[in-house]
Amino acid sequence: MIIWLVLLPFAGGVLAFALARWGRVIGLLTTAGTFAVGLIFSAQIWQNGPQRYLVGGWSVPLGINFFADGLSAVMLLITGGIGTIISLYSISYFAPTARKGEWSENDTFWPLWLFLVGGLNALFLSADVFNVYVTLEVVTLAAIGLAALAGNAAALTASLRYLFAALIGSMAYLMGVALLYASYGLLDFQALQQVVQTDAPTVLALSLMTVGLLLKTALFPLHFWLPPAHSTAPAPVSAALSGLVVKGSFYITLRLWFETFYGQIHFSAGQLLGALGTAAILWGSFQAVRQKRLKLLIAYSTVGQIGYLFLLFPIITATTSRDVVAAWAWSGGLFQAISHALAKTSMFLSAGVLLKAVGTDEIKSMRGIAGHLPLTTFALALAGISLIGLPPSGGFVAKWLMMKAIIGSGQWWWIPVVTLGGLLTAGYVFLMLRYTFLPQEANHPFKPVSPVMQGTAFALAVGAVVIGFRAKELITLLNIGMGFPEVPVLENPGL
Amino acid sequence: MTWESAMPTLIVGTSLLTGLLIFFLEEKRQRLRSTLNLLGAGLKLVFVGIIIVGTLQGREYEFRFPLVLGFDFLLRVDMLSLLFVTLSGVLWFVTTIYAIGYLEGSEHRSRFFGFFSICVAASTGIALAGNLITFFIFYEFLTLSTYPLVVHRGTEESLRAGRTYLWYTITGGTVLFVGVAWLNVLVGDVDFSHAGSLASVAPYYHTELIAIFVLLIAGLGVKAALVPLHGWLPVAMVAPAPVSALLHAVAVVKAGAFGIVRVVYDVFGVSFANSLGVLTPLAILASITIIYGSLRAMTQDDLKKRLAYSTISQVSYITLGVALFGITGTIGSLVHLVHQGIMKITLFFCAGNVAETLGLHRISEMNGIGRRMPVTMGAFTVAALGMIGLPPIAGFISKWYLALGGLEAGKPWVVVVLLVSSLLNAAYFLPILHAAWFKKPSQSWSPRTGKLETSAMLLVPPVITAGFSLAAGLFAASNGSPLALARQIAELLYYSSP
Amino acid sequence: MSQYQLYAVGAVLLFCIGLQGIIVCRHLLKKVMAANIMGGGAFLFLISIARRNTIETADPVPHAMVLTGIVIALSASVLALALTRQIHKTTGHTTLEDPTNNRVEK
Repeated sequence: MIIWLVLLPFAGGVLAFALARWGRVIGLLTTAGTFAVGLIFSAQIWQNGPQRYLVGGWSVPLGINFFADGLSAVMLLITGGIGTIISLYSISYFAPTARKGEWSENDTFWPLWLFLVGGLNALFLSADVFNVYVTLEVVTLAAIGLAALAGNAAALTASLRYLFAALIGSMAYLMGVALLYASYGLLDFQALQQVVQTDAPTVLALSLMTVGLLLKTALFPLHFWLPPAHSTAPAPVSAALSGLVVKGSFYITLRLWFETFYGQIHFSAGQLLGALGTAAILWGSFQAVRQKRLKLLIAYSTVGQIGYLFLLFPIITATTSRDVVAAWAWSGGLFQAISHALAKTSMFLSAGVLLKAVGTDEIKSMRGIAGHLPLTTFALALAGISLIGLPPSGGFVAKWLMMKAIIGSGQWWWIPVVTLGGLLTAGYVFLMLRYTFLPQEANHPFKPVSPVMQGTAFALAVGAVVIGFRAKELITLLNIGMGFPEVPVLENPGL
Repeated sequence: MTWESAMPTLIVGTSLLTGLLIFFLEEKRQRLRSTLNLLGAGLKLVFVGIIIVGTLQGREYEFRFPLVLGFDFLLRVDMLSLLFVTLSGVLWFVTTIYAIGYLEGSEHRSRFFGFFSICVAASTGIALAGNLITFFIFYEFLTLSTYPLVVHRGTEESLRAGRTYLWYTITGGTVLFVGVAWLNVLVGDVDFSHAGSLASVAPYYHTELIAIFVLLIAGLGVKAALVPLHGWLPVAMVAPAPVSALLHAVAVVKAGAFGIVRVVYDVFGVSFANSLGVLTPLAILASITIIYGSLRAMTQDDLKKRLAYSTISQVSYITLGVALFGITGTIGSLVHLVHQGIMKITLFFCAGNVAETLGLHRISEMNGIGRRMPVTMGAFTVAALGMIGLPPIAGFISKWYLALGGLEAGKPWVVVVLLVSSLLNAAYFLPILHAAWFKKPSQSWSPRTGKLETSAMLLVPPVITAGFSLAAGLFAASNGSPLALARQIAELLYYSSP
Repeated sequence: MSQYQLYAVGAVLLFCIGLQGIIVCRHLLKKVMAANIMGGGAFLFLISIARRNTIETADPVPHAMVLTGIVIALSASVLALALTRQIHKTTGHTTLEDPTNNRVEK
């Protein structure tokens, strides 16, 4: 079962490359199929708990191990679900090949896209620090290929900058892996957990790995490559990059910090990541407010929203046991990752709709779109609400849990960060939305846009809101195998 | 799902569904849109009627849905929600009629009525929320659904106003959010109860509770327009008249005031809040707001602006009453929640009529207008006199109880505040009435087009609400009057055991 | 200092030289080469730890890791070179300058 999650998209990718004419069909079927497998697989984890699988029957340390717990299951579901919707959108977005023998954007997109999905799935299933490196590289290379798809100078330059940043990141990570292996002779996340100590080589190893991963996650001040790369790519690619790809390296950081090294990391390291997250929230949001183009605004918003993900680090590193406060921070941070994935993909897809309708993604071209593209307007509004963290939405649940964790941990200095971040987010979301209330400019015709594109963007935005209503199940799934209290309710100190 | 648990969701759902349906109506389907609007408003009134009868027979309506761990979505009918939901149900119906008449022939009506209905759904949700988190959800929902109404005209001015409005309300919402989360960490998810639920908190945490109280009141105070958080309200006047009417009477401003009522009575418990020592500062703040709002109202020449400042002052009567420990003050506060709503909505309807029919916005242009629009100005006069506190109109009852409440709470200075405020009310309302009825017209009015002074859809609503204002005062002593209901609730608040 | 420790120190040096190259060099080809030097450093380091515990035979796992790493580094280099060529074709530049400043070339 587990192997199909990886095999299916890779096989689909090869097939889509060989049979370029059938790329879109293969692409949609493969992503949908992968999602279906992911659903069944998650149900198994829900019932039976974490699962381990030895690829080819080789055991540790020589063989490749797959391991999946609740966290992996949630990431697989997000990738599968959003992936399928992006596939659906892309069918309408990319024009099919015009003439035989010509290699179009459409033909390049599908194989790379399927490799990206396969790489992400393999990443979420990998059980050791080196395999994670390999899968992360697959993801990165596919992502860079996709980012360069537009083929113009801006996109090419942005992709190459992305590639260099990613290379530095992965080399730093690899050095860290080597240091770890030199000390312990182990690579498995969980096996390492039993033996790691806080001596100098280990601290250095973790630092190198973390810096490398942060570079790939684009945490401030290592975010410089993200806005150009995410804004010059075609809309579905931007959506995948912002929504899914940055979550890959974030996922590894989580595994390292809160599985392998949990309880060993110094308080100040967590505070440092929190501080960087704060800077990211402020800087990203501030830059987003200043943008004139919608896709750049959304890309800078990603920089800011990534900052929120790192607020869980200072809280959890300050705990010594997996207590209630840690559980709040954990589910809050991951809920942020999930609802951001949904909301951000939706926003980029909407930006693509706007681009097709008016030929530009300048924010001021959104005047009067409410009348012509009501679904897209709604999608932008709903996704924006979730990003701000207004109820009822996934973003709200994330902020609620985050805020409770912050207050519960006594680290009150993060309160203004969360609140100010929400206000700044509201600032750029409404900056964007206010144009939809302005009357349309004369002689500015709207081209019709495929209803599928509008519908998929809308569906994702609705998803970002609806997960706020099914938070309980998602959080329970997230906690499977991580050892957090299953029902994190504090005995209230006040009563 | 039983009938009892479905009822609260149905009440919120009718407005929500109406709103969503209207969004997807084509702009030109005017008749269908109006039908839907009235149907939604009417249906809601029916549902409200059912729960009133049911509650009187002792039925309990409750809808609970666990949202996240330690956090339930709870809609519940208690006496307080009954008071507020009836107010919003009735006034929504009237305002819908008015809005249909007011926006006749203007653009983007589907958008307007869509958000209009959703806004009412939000304020109903606020009324029925059974715990602080559910309240907060609808409170933010209200912010979001009123923003499009404020910027509806799409002019630079309205967009600027919208920005100010959002800036204030979202900041307030965030502060409220921190307070709610903090309280949740401290005591968990507690439902509203008329005795409050914090009295048993260990004294060690009382400083934290005071901090939480300040955060909650600051967050709610933005919408309740407590000085110095009132800045958005005069600016938001650019919205169309029905919106202003609704904003000032039942939706936004009232949501803030109602929130303060809930926090003091149903979360902290009035005796406990009193023992924490937070009520006196609140009373002082409310008094400052009352005087300040009245003073600023005097200098406004724009009628809607004058009414806006008047709202700042009048809504704080509710807060003042809440902050007076004693059953009489509470009665005054709760009854004013209703009275202020029906009187203020009348005033805004009338201001809208004058602006829509004759294009007049400034008070200095309204000399002799009583002769051209006698019915409108008649309604206006009733409501304005009520605001001043002239018996037998509703406003008198509220002020009477508030003053007695001040004495009962051992704060005789409250009486002075009320007297000064009433004088100021008179000073800014009477000149309008004088100009309208007794001054010679400085210009000739555009002649009537029909038999009536303006369209019937615009004329009937203010007459109805002015009638309410009069009736609420005249029949205050009878069963089922707002006063009787307020008294009943106040008794529950003070005499039910924790 | 044993032979293997010497390797390790050399590896770290190579890694740092490569890192500096990627950041400082402006020409894209130099950047690609610097990336490879950086990778070389990492791989050499992995090789050097294979004999870390004076055991008789070298640990095969680091070798397997290096082989995998080389494959990845190769594909990344190829991608970088392809992008470089394409950039040169469209802009005439071989640096990562902001393309918006070079509109004239188009």
